[in-house]
Amino acid sequence: MRRLFALALAALVIVPAARAQTGDVTRGRHLYGQYCIACHGANGMGVIGGRSEGQKREGPPLAGVGALAADFYLRTGYMPLHEVGKEPRRSRVLFSEDEIRALVAYVASLGHGPPVPKPRPERGSISEGLKLFTDHCAGCHQIVAQGGFLTGGVAPPLDRATPTQVAEAIRIGPYLMPRFSPRQITPAQVNSIVRYVEYAKNPDDRGGWAIGHIGPVPEGLVTWFLAATALVGVCLVLGKRLGRG
Amino acid sequence: MGRARAFLVAAAVLLVGRRRKRRLRPGEREPIVAVPAPKSPDAELVAIGLLFAAAACGIAFVVIYVLDRLPAQTQLLGLALGLAFVFLTAALTVTAKWLVPNEELEDDYPEHEHPEEQERIAQVVEESGLTRRKLFALALGAAGGSIGLALLTPVASLGPALHLARFYLTPWRRGTRLVNEQGEPYRADEIEEGSFYTAFAEGADKEGLASSIVVVRLPRNELELPPENAGFDARGILAFSKICTHAGCAIALYRKPMFAPTDPQPALICPCHYSTFEPATGGKVIFGPAGRKLPMLPLTIDAQGFLRAKGNFDSPVGPSWWGVRMKKPTS
Amino acid sequence: MVGRPDEEADVVIRAIVRFLDQRTGTAPFLRKTLRYLFPDHWSFLLGEVALYAFVVLVGTGIYLTLFYEDSTAKVVYHGPYQPLQGQEMTHAYRSVLDLSTTVKAGLLIRQTHHWAANVFMAAIVLHLLRVFFTGAYRKPRELTYWIGLTMLVTSLLEGYLGYSLADDLLSGMGLAIGYAVAMSIPFVGANLAALIWGGPFPGSHDFFPRMYIVHVFLIPALLATLLAVHLALVALKHHTQFRQSRRESERKLVGVPTFPAQTPRSLGLFAAVVAVLFLLGGLVQINPIWLWGPYHTYSATNGAQPDWYLGWLIGALRIVPGFDVVIGNYTLVPNPFWGGALLPLVFFGFLYLWPWLERRFLGERGYHNLLDRPRDAPLRTAIGYAVATEVFLVFLAGSADRVDVLFGLPYIPQIWAYRVLVIVGPFIAALLAYRVCVELQRGERVERERSRAELAARSRA
Repeated sequence: MRRLFALALAALVIVPAARAQTGDVTRGRHLYGQYCIACHGANGMGVIGGRSEGQKREGPPLAGVGALAADFYLRTGYMPLHEVGKEPRRSRVLFSEDEIRALVAYVASLGHGPPVPKPRPERGSISEGLKLFTDHCAGCHQIVAQGGFLTGGVAPPLDRATPTQVAEAIRIGPYLMPRFSPRQITPAQVNSIVRYVEYAKNPDDRGGWAIGHIGPVPEGLVTWFLAATALVGVCLVLGKRLGRG
Repeated sequence: MGRARAFLVAAAVLLVGRRRKRRLRPGEREPIVAVPAPKSPDAELVAIGLLFAAAACGIAFVVIYVLDRLPAQTQLLGLALGLAFVFLTAALTVTAKWLVPNEELEDDYPEHEHPEEQERIAQVVEESGLTRRKLFALALGAAGGSIGLALLTPVASLGPALHLARFYLTPWRRGTRLVNEQGEPYRADEIEEGSFYTAFAEGADKEGLASSIVVVRLPRNELELPPENAGFDARGILAFSKICTHAGCAIALYRKPMFAPTDPQPALICPCHYSTFEPATGGKVIFGPAGRKLPMLPLTIDAQGFLRAKGNFDSPVGPSWWGVRMKKPTS
Repeated sequence: MVGRPDEEADVVIRAIVRFLDQRTGTAPFLRKTLRYLFPDHWSFLLGEVALYAFVVLVGTGIYLTLFYEDSTAKVVYHGPYQPLQGQEMTHAYRSVLDLSTTVKAGLLIRQTHHWAANVFMAAIVLHLLRVFFTGAYRKPRELTYWIGLTMLVTSLLEGYLGYSLADDLLSGMGLAIGYAVAMSIPFVGANLAALIWGGPFPGSHDFFPRMYIVHVFLIPALLATLLAVHLALVALKHHTQFRQSRRESERKLVGVPTFPAQTPRSLGLFAAVVAVLFLLGGLVQINPIWLWGPYHTYSATNGAQPDWYLGWLIGALRIVPGFDVVIGNYTLVPNPFWGGALLPLVFFGFLYLWPWLERRFLGERGYHNLLDRPRDAPLRTAIGYAVATEVFLVFLAGSADRVDVLFGLPYIPQIWAYRVLVIVGPFIAALLAYRVCVELQRGERVERERSRAELAARSRA
């Protein structure tokens, strides 16, 4: 009797949750059909050489990319593409929290892909993070994550990237970024990198006003527009004398 | 005590200046416009106040220095010292403008030249009593020139300026294993597509330009290696020098297409001047100021599955120089 | 202060002067010095700003030498700065890191020193612009001018060596580029590089000690000597002056005496320079090497730039198209030569040759103590403006990548635009400057004639 009661209780909890899951996937499929299918194709098969409304419509297949990729692209606003044909960039997030969850569930259902990662920066080492970031990331993203240029695209600054998004991007390699598998960068190492990226948002600026953390360019601007201007001003004051026009 | 005080007053007066005496000293020029120093006790007070403010800032600096627990020490120290000098500047400006006579005087510019003296110098030299002047001059020049050259010659010991063999030397030879920064050897099966790996010659100094390489993997059907690089890949794994052939920066960027139909092809890019090298074609320069392709290291996989070099680079590593195309790298 | 301070002070002053003169015989010289005349214009103070920045550089520099280690031997860091804990680095980098994190006031002095270097270069450039556009370099002051140019070139090198001593990621990349430029010199490049570095990059273990001794002793000694000669030459021939009234002429100098008028002015300027430098040194972060990390030949970061006075070179290196000049298998001109060596050579060559060029081709004659206003020498102003524009455009080209990152303006079209601009821009600039000079002169002439006509009309009425 007690067992039957427990079963009923469980069913009351699990069934709605399960329905919520499948409900998410269904809702996700509807949203997908509205916003994504033109480029990513039915069932996420991808589209090559497509056109629609006079514009090129092409997009990679989504089978097996998993919740990880969908979560990244949707939460950063990379997708839907702000401008078709241009590099995907962080932009407006078109969907609400529920809609994102629905879409993520739908994309995750299109094959076996990695789940949304849960990085633990507090378990990482900041000095290992700096080392790893220098080796794998600084060439594009700049040593203090201020972003950088490469032929064909721009590596964005990471000041708005959440720990989850950093962990996701490492695995996906969005757009032109390389992708790093768990074999190359282990989850423990990801923790360290995330910890460093968090640090880079507010690094040690014991020298004063940080002026952008990118080094000599803003330093030169300060030299000319602050120091040189001030000193020329002093020259003007001292060089003129009272009683002379 | 009176003398010491007087000394201090004298020093202050020397700095601040005093009213000029009206009588002319012998040889002194008559000032054309002598603006007598206006009596401005207010200005004097301002200057004195500013000097005391400067003194306070100076003391503040010492106090801040001594106090250990203060946060933002560098900022406070800079502010204290900087403000001390700001007040000093202000005090001196007030002095210059209001406390010191601002005379505008005239003076003659010095002579353009002194023809008589020039003449006398020339005479002295000419009357030196030498008969074989030109020969003497030649001999002197020869002695000076060759002694000068001799004295400069030891500079050549600063480096191997005349023996450039080292510029072709690399630590790679047939069988050298590829290792990571910690010295662990790379297995071929851990090199995945879409990423890039930094490797070094096993046992070599990592800082040597020829030691570091970047390793990528491409699908075999995407390779279009030129004849001189035929067979350089190990099942699609490619290795190139990590040092840009333009100006020697480390090639720390790898661009991989997410979606081949729309995205640019894989490329290794240097962050200094954006020289872009295409691994699929053996490191050809496809953009940027590099004048030379990226040196490629032929790879093979040994029986245990580790990556090894099959030989040396196809060309010397690092920035170009006059002999860079004259010889192949040596081990 | 009891008694008559004036008379007491008088006695003391005379005692001091007597003491000095009896032992050195310099009373006549001192009197001439105290009454040496300084023509009065604010732009004549720019050279002094550079001089005072140099004094700050030497003072703060001496302090830094008491902490810096010029060794490239490796050490593992175990210090208070967490992000570098356990990392391998050179003694050189570690000593600068320690100075910035554990030595009290160490970071203040280090930052003041670096800001002073930047401001020093800016002051020299402003001073050079003033000297060029007013014709102060003309006979009899060519020697002064050439010595000043030599100080400029030497200081460029000095600054580069100075920030490279820290062996951080950014400056290490810059050293590699300097090596590449040396290598790119036709015929002798690698030989020269081998001499300087003691072998291929990164060089032998005595490369950093060499940089160090050049930076803290050889070049400062050279600069101090050149500076002394420069100032002596200025004093011997006296300052040039603008014609501000009827009194100034080629023969008569009008100005304020060193003492008492000029002294507080100069001291005030000195204090202002020191003030600005210490304020910057404490309040505005510069070259935070702990954020960049140590240099390794196999590491790089995006967005690396040299200090501003070398920024023109990075622009030049980026816009030159990718080619080596090769004859057979002899690489005659590797690519970095054009932007890294030839451009500065041509630019400084132009500056050195300019007095001669002006005499040879622009009909410049004679001996000048009076300065021109830029508008009074339209050809010189136009040519100088064109050259300055060229340098500025090349300099801007070096920013194209950050402009793409910040503002989305695509990099490759920018580079093409700059390639066109650096060819066409100077000509347009020259034409513009010439026109402006001529128009300004015309405007003044019209003003003069108008006031003369008005005067005539009024006297007639």
